Amino acid sequence: MAETAQTARSLYRNLLRYSNRFAAYNFREYAKRRSRDAFREHQHEQDPKRIKALLALGDKDLKVLQRQTMLSRYFQMDRLVVEGQETGQQKGHKGNIARLKDTGWD
Amino acid sequence: MPSPAIVARCAAQRLTAASSRSVLPSALRFSSRTPLRAAAICQSRHYVTPSAAQNATVDVENRKIETAEVLHQTGKNPADIDVGGMPHADAMMSPQAGILKQATIMDQGARPIYMDMQATTPTDPRVLDAMLPFYTGLYGNPHSRTHAYGWEAEKAVDKAREHIADLVGADPKEIIFTSGATESNNMSIKGVARFYKAKKKHIITSQTEHKCVLDSCRHLQEEGFEVTYLPVQNNGLIDLKQLEAAIRPDTSLVSIMTVNNEIGVIQPMEEIGRICKKHKVFFHTDAAQAVGKIPVDVNKWGVDLMSISGHKIYGPKGIGACFVRRRPRVRLEPIISGGGQERGLRSGTLAPPLVVGMGEACRIAKEELAYDHARVSALSKRLQDGLLAMEHTTLNGSPDHRYPGCVNISFAYVEGESLLMALKDIALSSGSACTSASLEPSYVLRALGSSDESAHSSIRFGIGRFTTEAEIDYVLKAVKERVNFLRELSPLWELVQEGVDLSTIEWTGH
Repeated sequence: MAETAQTARSLYRNLLRYSNRFAAYNFREYAKRRSRDAFREHQHEQDPKRIKALLALGDKDLKVLQRQTMLSRYFQMDRLVVEGQETGQQKGHKGNIARLKDTGWD
Repeated sequence: MPSPAIVARCAAQRLTAASSRSVLPSALRFSSRTPLRAAAICQSRHYVTPSAAQNATVDVENRKIETAEVLHQTGKNPADIDVGGMPHADAMMSPQAGILKQATIMDQGARPIYMDMQATTPTDPRVLDAMLPFYTGLYGNPHSRTHAYGWEAEKAVDKAREHIADLVGADPKEIIFTSGATESNNMSIKGVARFYKAKKKHIITSQTEHKCVLDSCRHLQEEGFEVTYLPVQNNGLIDLKQLEAAIRPDTSLVSIMTVNNEIGVIQPMEEIGRICKKHKVFFHTDAAQAVGKIPVDVNKWGVDLMSISGHKIYGPKGIGACFVRRRPRVRLEPIISGGGQERGLRSGTLAPPLVVGMGEACRIAKEELAYDHARVSALSKRLQDGLLAMEHTTLNGSPDHRYPGCVNISFAYVEGESLLMALKDIALSSGSACTSASLEPSYVLRALGSSDESAHSSIRFGIGRFTTEAEIDYVLKAVKERVNFLRELSPLWELVQEGVDLSTIEWTGH
């Protein structure tokens, strides 16, 4: 039982890790959300057979995710207007951003 | 746009060029020790490389390509590449960041948010994953019966057909692949009407149908058929009594769409199916906007023909399907004749990648139906509540019988097209994509009985599987700001604020 929990945790971590690698914002957010919701939905699953089937499904999805995230890196678009939103002056090196407060509005 | 590897390599070249220049002054050092020969050397003193034939040519044979360096640089993310002095290569790739250089970093994208899910939907990565093998290795013709290439393609096509049939509650043999919902609609309406034209010459449809249904009917009118265009009520639903009254003994077909593409209302399919069955009339429905989004069951609804589109359910473009009932048999006159594929109703080689993609999209849609619907409903509620909280906004279409993913709102005293222009950072439409080129007000909204001004000022918001909360909030904020801005410009809005009823004003014509 403990072994299954370990496998499930590792699968969950991998799914989230690869979800984050989508270049496209909408797919990235969806993959993260869907993985999280799927694990949350089945977190109290007890039947060993069902758990095994679900883990196999997750493994299949992880493979798809690995292939598709790599593909999405090759065909990147400009980012959406809702992404990022960090604005300010660059300070130091490595692209650190010191956020400047927009004064005069309040 | 320069690739990050090239950007980095250019920077590296600049550095090596600078270091190679320091070789030159060795002659000068020598000259300082021997003052006697200084004058002679002074003549050849130079600070730049002198032009010479060997400096202008590239030694092609002995050119060194640094394979290790190239290999080292491939697969690097733009964000990880240091280009020296610049923020990083990632910023250089974005045109906005490139102009701003180091002054201020605007870590914002420039691509608009996609909110036009009724026009088309993004292809799901899982669908693309299923399609790719058929674009690379599995290129057989599914109709080839003599070799393995054909068999494997045929097997995949049959599997896809099963998934589609499963989603709509049909038998796999009743699914005919077409190029899209438009072809399915044409095939169904013209096919049934022409097959039964000896005895039956009447077709019934509604005024809010998609253009391809209305145009097919108009075409049939020219061929001598009679068509009844049923009006709709203010909420966008058809009147069942009116439908029953319109059915004549020589009516061959009733065509009513399931979910409207502009206002998202769901017609009472079961009741319409029952009426059609009672009068022994074929019932066709355009379910391009319904399949995969609301539960669809052809047997429960009593549908005889149904059009399905691939790209509205996160599948590929260029593929659709038509459900044609086998028992009791619906007979059609095919539009496309040829090799007799697809039961002879739609000849032509199938496209296995597209078919497989649509099958996978249907499989996912069936699995995710409940999850997606709950999510789309929640997002839709958030958007609808936010937009209707603004003054003088109305929701078009029935608030109860609707698919939540389509929100059509009228913003009074604002020109819809100018609002669309102001909302450049959001991909929206005022109606269907087919009619978005013209500035005519939507015929669907006119059919609901809304005025010209109201039809002109409405905008359709489409929510789908990949829409996020952040996007909804962004849209709400942007729409509120811009609508207020445009209203401030409008003299009509000023009159309304003063309490003048606009309908009482007598306009003078020029």
